[in-house]
Amino acid sequence: MTTKKTVKTDPGGAAGEAARTAGGAARDAAAKERRSLLHEMLRIRRFEERCVELYSAAEIRGFMHLYIGEEAVAAGVMPELGPEDAVVTTYREHGHALARGIPAEAIMAEMFGRSTGCSRGRGGSMHLFDAATRFYGGNAIVAGGLPLAVGLALADRMRGADRVTACFLGDGAAAEGEFHECLNLAALWRLPVLFVCENNQYAMGTALAREHAETDLALRASSYGLVAWAVDGMDALAVSAAARRAAEAVRWGGGPHFLEMRTYRYRAHSMYDPDRYRTKAEIEEWRRHDPIDALAARLRADGDLGGDDLAAMDKEIAAEIDGAVKAARKAPLEPVADLTRFVYSERAVRP
Amino acid sequence: MTTTRTAPGAPAAGANGGITYREAMRAALREALAKDERVFLMGEDVGRYGGCFAVSLGLLEEFGPERIRDTPLSESAFVGAGIGAALAGMRPIVEIMTVNFSLLALDQILNNAATLSHMSGGQFGVPLVIRMTTGAGRQLAAQHSHSLEGWYTHIPGLRIVAPATLEDARGMLWTALADPDPVLIFEHGSLYTLSGELPPGAGAVDIDRAAVRRPGSDVSLITYGGTLHKTLEAAGRLASEGVEAEVLDLRSLRPLDDATIMDSVRRTHRAVVVDEAWRSGSLSAEISARVTEQVFYELDAPVARVCGVEIPIPYPRHLEEAAVPQPDDVVAAAHRVVSGDA
Repeated sequence: MTTKKTVKTDPGGAAGEAARTAGGAARDAAAKERRSLLHEMLRIRRFEERCVELYSAAEIRGFMHLYIGEEAVAAGVMPELGPEDAVVTTYREHGHALARGIPAEAIMAEMFGRSTGCSRGRGGSMHLFDAATRFYGGNAIVAGGLPLAVGLALADRMRGADRVTACFLGDGAAAEGEFHECLNLAALWRLPVLFVCENNQYAMGTALAREHAETDLALRASSYGLVAWAVDGMDALAVSAAARRAAEAVRWGGGPHFLEMRTYRYRAHSMYDPDRYRTKAEIEEWRRHDPIDALAARLRADGDLGGDDLAAMDKEIAAEIDGAVKAARKAPLEPVADLTRFVYSERAVRP
Repeated sequence: MTTTRTAPGAPAAGANGGITYREAMRAALREALAKDERVFLMGEDVGRYGGCFAVSLGLLEEFGPERIRDTPLSESAFVGAGIGAALAGMRPIVEIMTVNFSLLALDQILNNAATLSHMSGGQFGVPLVIRMTTGAGRQLAAQHSHSLEGWYTHIPGLRIVAPATLEDARGMLWTALADPDPVLIFEHGSLYTLSGELPPGAGAVDIDRAAVRRPGSDVSLITYGGTLHKTLEAAGRLASEGVEAEVLDLRSLRPLDDATIMDSVRRTHRAVVVDEAWRSGSLSAEISARVTEQVFYELDAPVARVCGVEIPIPYPRHLEEAAVPQPDDVVAAAHRVVSGDA
């Protein structure tokens, strides 16, 4: 890995070790959890690989930002949230949406701009929304989701609900004013926000060190009085352990927490990006720490993943994605007569 | 992000034993806070200071710091937090000191408050109220004196209102809170000391309709907010000069109440739009265009406009006064359209 600073592995990562050495039911449960983590990462990757094909075939259009390489973050964080918790995220959010439990079919239909999409086709790749899972987007303005997360958490705080708002952001957001305004406000009011910063090393095409005077984002966050630490974002077990510890602390009144997930995207910033700002060698170096390969190897070594298990997972995932694509192709488009719906609430009576 | 904040001084007492616009607004806030526990007020200096314009004076003592919430000078964060809290079912009232500072929160207002409902396919609504002052007249120079509400009227998904009377100051807030969509309330800074009698039962008002504040048959003077009172003064003078002007108070700037505007123009056959904002690309341009589109053949003269001079508002009183519409300007414009010299 080429991160400048040493990545501190969260001490909670030791939980995995403990589980491994524990016997019986606890060990089985831990193994199941880890297999499910692997499954989710694979599912996100395969979903996006299919999206690339569909984009090339012009079935998906618009801006599309892929998460490939970063899967450990979404897959590791989401299971640590409860159904009542809220999620606010960025335009690179297919992985978050899938891991949060929005059906693949609804996400794929959204990419196709169909009325069965999770935003009725009005949002597309960058604007996935889902009230049922409290998924508040899908924000395509860098750092634009942070104030929303602060507000959602404020509402929970004022009503005494022990809910967490998970707010995903990229390293680029740390250069925006809203990053500073919101970390300050969240810390000042001790709001239950879990900031999950996906530091994939590039803000669009600009490397971290080219845009930040101080590249240690956890350090910067901690200057606002938040609990903040860096996590190896290519290690799904480390992500999961850190998220568990932070989410619990946030939920029980420990104030906002900030996790800097040090990760990497293998693909370009968006489908339009010729990716001229980094070397192939750099990408290859990160690929050697691929989160899916790493977890699969670990599970195999522990005897928790058999020879054919990964292939079976892949087959099951392919069937799910095939189904989603077929359904999206067949799904109806919104009638043009409904073009102006939802600009204002349909509960409102307008002159 | 730091901008000079100007202390407003003590609130003016209700002159002549009546109530001021400021007090009417405060009564509305107090009622809203008492009526619905989801309501809270958030903004710069709304608590301990008592409000930048003393509107929220005393509310902190009454409702406590959870519901009268002082914020840092972080417009984008606290306006966006209002949007988030509204998404989660609260009924926040966010106060921004002036429309000039609201530009620091424009991303949140435009890209989130106005779009989330549509972009989510109707799954999420933003029942948020944002209050702010607007306008010139207090010698606060160019960064505290502009009238940018017309810009906000460009944005689908928002609703824009401008209370110009005591009744509307008292009643519009509650109607805005009952609205499931984001409502921006623009309070002209010169109105806070306006005073008069308010009926004891004054409460929620209809914010969909423009109001005829003075009936007349010769020309429609179409205005809102801070220029309403200047326009009424002009209408009084016009009457003494033999011209009966009808004065229309728009009240809702988005959506515009086309029906009331066109009814008036159909009666008078002439229209003058009075707006303190700049003329180019303005709300007055929109109103003029709509009149032309909808009742062109009713017109006996081209639509005239009395707008702010296209300069940043200057500090010295004489220049500031010269920069924004005054009753003389309205009188002159009305005479021009009535005499056919427009």
